[in-house]
Amino acid sequence: MALVEISNLRKVYHRDSQEIPVFDAVDLELDSGGFLALMGPSGSGKTTLLNILAGLDSPTSGSVMVDGQEITGMKPKQLAAWRARHVGFIFQFYNLLPVLTAFQNVELPLLLTKLSKKDRRDHVMTAMGVVGLTDRADHFPRQLSGGQEQRVGIARAIVSDPTMILADEPTGDLDAKSADEILTLLQRLNEEFGKTIMMVTHDAHAAERAHATTHLDKGVLHR
Amino acid sequence: MKYARLIWVNLIRNKRRTILTVLSVAVALFLFTTLRSVVTALNAVSEVGSESRLVVSSAMGITFPLPQSYYERLRAQEGVESVTWANWFGGVYVDPSNFFAQFAIDAETYLPMYPEVVVPEDQRAAFLAERTGALVGSGLMERFGWSLGQSVTLQGTIIPGDWEFTIRAVYDPNPASYGDQLFFFHYDHLYEGSNQQMSPGWYALQLADPNSAPEVINRIDAIYENSTAPTKTETERAFQTGFVTMWGNIGFLVQAIGTAVFFAILLVSANTMMMAGRERISENAVLKTLGFPDGLLFVFVLIEAVTITLLGGALGVFGAKAMFGPGNPMTMFIPGFEVHTSTVTLGLTIAIVLGLVSGFVPAFQAMRLSVVQSLRRVA
Repeated sequence: MALVEISNLRKVYHRDSQEIPVFDAVDLELDSGGFLALMGPSGSGKTTLLNILAGLDSPTSGSVMVDGQEITGMKPKQLAAWRARHVGFIFQFYNLLPVLTAFQNVELPLLLTKLSKKDRRDHVMTAMGVVGLTDRADHFPRQLSGGQEQRVGIARAIVSDPTMILADEPTGDLDAKSADEILTLLQRLNEEFGKTIMMVTHDAHAAERAHATTHLDKGVLHR
Repeated sequence: MKYARLIWVNLIRNKRRTILTVLSVAVALFLFTTLRSVVTALNAVSEVGSESRLVVSSAMGITFPLPQSYYERLRAQEGVESVTWANWFGGVYVDPSNFFAQFAIDAETYLPMYPEVVVPEDQRAAFLAERTGALVGSGLMERFGWSLGQSVTLQGTIIPGDWEFTIRAVYDPNPASYGDQLFFFHYDHLYEGSNQQMSPGWYALQLADPNSAPEVINRIDAIYENSTAPTKTETERAFQTGFVTMWGNIGFLVQAIGTAVFFAILLVSANTMMMAGRERISENAVLKTLGFPDGLLFVFVLIEAVTITLLGGALGVFGAKAMFGPGNPMTMFIPGFEVHTSTVTLGLTIAIVLGLVSGFVPAFQAMRLSVVQSLRRVA
């Protein structure tokens, strides 16, 4: 059974009285444990689709079911709670809070849970161990390389064991070597830990690491 | 508590800005607390005046004396229990900067009428027995390091010459707002020293029933209306209030300054919070992406704003409290001047309100922030 079911999704932006369609009648399924790459040129609506799936943006019409739950009708407060529980988000520019250490950045999603301080620490150190950065836990983002920052970002995305991981061009700001390390890490999360991943990318080499690739072009999905 | 670190790191992320804002609020609240305490003290001074005592002074002003002959007639008035009188002396002790109030009183009648002047019995007797004796407030004694039995010379300004007194008694005021900086001596001494030219500056009347005050006031002023020395009679409280308002409408002045300070500091702290909010747009978007609810971000910003203003407020208010505690040097000029707990509470409340108001707009903006647009701006 599909973990994610997107059906007949339509998104239109409004600028004054003008309607700007992003995509129309998009259908997409992603099985539990799947790893899907979503490609497409700039402005094709990849990130918009990812944001809708993360509950950060709302569609004009259509349905988004995740693990049997319809999210398009949820209120902002419900969506926030749903996101905290089900979504691990990886940003292109890492988006770590510069005033917090790597440990504190990874701990952020757990602050929304009822875990004790000790349990939070254990979870954070486990996630830091998965991305191979336990020795950098007390470092601030400015003391880390781009690749290391993104690994902290990934640790933050997986620390609360979400239902799916959504990655928005996770290697877009990295050199080739660091990008390769990050893709290997995502692949490992998928294969070793069974994480369901949807990754938006421009990079065909990056997309090769996924089980399947879908292209979004001029508002239409091509498999 | 688990969010405390998140709030704290945001507070200290721009230390210089936070410290400057805290200090601005501290200075403003120090000013407010001090001015408010001045008003409270002046109000207390005016309330020291009793409603059951009347003051009869010249209708031309308190610098014009009244005839001695009024005494018997005033005492004979229906509803008047007792009468005393006093004069302003206006002497200088060593240097004009050593200002304190000096009154020539008819001690035999004055002290029984003023229970606010608390004097040990033996000292009272010693003062009454000596024509050149003086009765001095405990604060004044401390101020000049005087002791019982010491001779003090005042230089007369209204009646020139050196006036020598021996301190025979020390009083403590009850209540404190009566003031402990007064210097009393015998009217007889003044009368003789002025070659019998002096007459009472004002009369004080003790009423049997405070409710009879309006009627007695009208009657006395009517008696002297067409005399060579017409009178102005009023309750002692009204008389004291008149004294205080001679300084101008201090209450209004202080309120105006306080309001201006409040709005100025509101703009400062609001600007700080707006700047902090703008700097953190992308970070708030990230927190929302992680699942932090809108309401929580709203509360974070408000707590941050209130922490800044409360910290500054506490510095200012408790700084003023430490500087103007009981017995501070300002009591020489304004009896009972000190920062009371009620003023501290008011100051801290204002600091909290300041934080809530200045933090509201950035908190609301953080709450309503669009994650998609904010992250797009960063990208």
